[in-house]
Amino acid sequence: MDRGRYKIFLGMAAGVGKTYRMLQEGRAEQAAGRDVAVGYLEPHKREETSAQARGLEVVPRRAVRYRDVEVEEMDLPAVLGRQPDLALIDELAHSNPPGLEHEKRCEDIEDVLAAGIDVFSTVNVQHLESLNDRVAELTGVRVRETVPDSVLGTADEVVLIDLTPEALVARLRDGKIYPGENIDAALNNFFRIENLAALREVSLRQVAEDVESKRLTLHVAEPLGTREERLAAEVPRAVGERILALVRPQPSSQRLVRRAWRSAQRLGADLDLLWVKPPGRPIAGDEDRQVTALRQLASVLGATLLIEEHDDLVAAAARVVRERGTTYLMVGESLPRRGAARLREPLPQRLMHATPAGVDVRIVAHRGDKAEGEGS
Amino acid sequence: MIEHFLVGVALFLGLGGGYQIARSRLRGKRSERPRAVHRILLPFTGTEISRRALDAALRLAHAEGATLMPAYLAEVPKQLPLECAIPAEAAKAMPMLEAIEQRATGQGVPVDSRIERGRTYRHALKRLLGQESFDRVVVSATATGAAGLSGDDLVWLLDKAPAEVLILRPGPTDASRLRALI
Repeated sequence: MDRGRYKIFLGMAAGVGKTYRMLQEGRAEQAAGRDVAVGYLEPHKREETSAQARGLEVVPRRAVRYRDVEVEEMDLPAVLGRQPDLALIDELAHSNPPGLEHEKRCEDIEDVLAAGIDVFSTVNVQHLESLNDRVAELTGVRVRETVPDSVLGTADEVVLIDLTPEALVARLRDGKIYPGENIDAALNNFFRIENLAALREVSLRQVAEDVESKRLTLHVAEPLGTREERLAAEVPRAVGERILALVRPQPSSQRLVRRAWRSAQRLGADLDLLWVKPPGRPIAGDEDRQVTALRQLASVLGATLLIEEHDDLVAAAARVVRERGTTYLMVGESLPRRGAARLREPLPQRLMHATPAGVDVRIVAHRGDKAEGEGS
Repeated sequence: MIEHFLVGVALFLGLGGGYQIARSRLRGKRSERPRAVHRILLPFTGTEISRRALDAALRLAHAEGATLMPAYLAEVPKQLPLECAIPAEAAKAMPMLEAIEQRATGQGVPVDSRIERGRTYRHALKRLLGQESFDRVVVSATATGAAGLSGDDLVWLLDKAPAEVLILRPGPTDASRLRALI
């Protein structure tokens, strides 16, 4: 049996209209002649949402006792028994009470998909595991129900339900998201404009990355023939920026990292740091301390420190550039070359020749201490 | 004539070889010299730092040929893992470290900066003390009890730091602070 198609409606926060849009599309599918059923709906007492659900068949929920309270949950066996063409299942990050088939609703959805039923579902960006910490830092609010990011990867389509922070706050003020008594508290806490703007950016980037990763997978799966075709295929890769900074375990590299990080922030890019270590040389003493410092700095910045053993800096860097999809390469300024080294092509030129077309190489000047040596 | 030429070539080669040998020995001696750990820690919080403390640290570092280690102390909220990325804090730290480095480089002082995370500023300082070695710590006391290291933190530092601690008493020029645009 073929697995069902999976479509996820992703939002930056409650109230942007994920469930509404899911129901709207479900109705359109029904109007097109497909058998649609609501597996689970959480209308949150929102009149507009409830209105969209009218006319759609709802699979009754099942009552489950949890900590002496009766809660209503999706009835997975009933949904599987009903066998619609398309099931609408709200809030995929929900944690089920003990005793049900799975701990998470997203696992229930996997069973539904495996039964050949298409699924539409919803999730907010802060429920994604990798973004949970970041969103908590941005907003000061941590959500407990998280799902692995791979859930988005398993979806055939991810639709971002986008709304400007101002429009969302207006919806909140109009009482379209929470009842009146909760509005002021929400406005003063989670629903501040700066929080929503940050969440919106995270959501947009998440979907952009998802789109990019799917395209790259497609690209690997379907190699193209001619050089022109391959070059044309490279162009859209540059949409998602990624910076690679070539570092060495020295204090002067910290400036390079700071520069690279600020550029990454401006571009909305991911940052990788690469140290190409001479093969077989043990890391000890001062070098060990500097490697630890670099590792910590990378961790603070959310960057990735890569250590590659190779005797050819340019070859190692070029390989990492290809593997990581780097679009900018940043290197420290080289010392004036002496002796036979003068005959060799300068490092930035060698890097430009070795890396794919379209990868920019930037040189970050040393501020002072020239005694530390060249970056190659 | 040919003898003169040969003598000239021999003299040139001899002098050149002697110069190279002397140079390589000098280099060898330099590299054999143990590298002393001689560093001055300058911990700070927030987006400004006392100019008096920075100047004092730079004067000391310059006089002693030491490396200045400015360390931005970042508080990580309890709901986050201690080792998580803190881009918002890093955005505050970066321009400050850049400004300090610029000033230090102008005075010929090498810099090796850090950002340290902790549940509190004292906790961050404790982690830093555990990981790094240095000979001096320079901090400034504030008369106003403003945000940053408290009096208790300074007492703790005096007690725990395995280095000489220089606490600058509050002074009339404390209002002069190094700020970085964020």
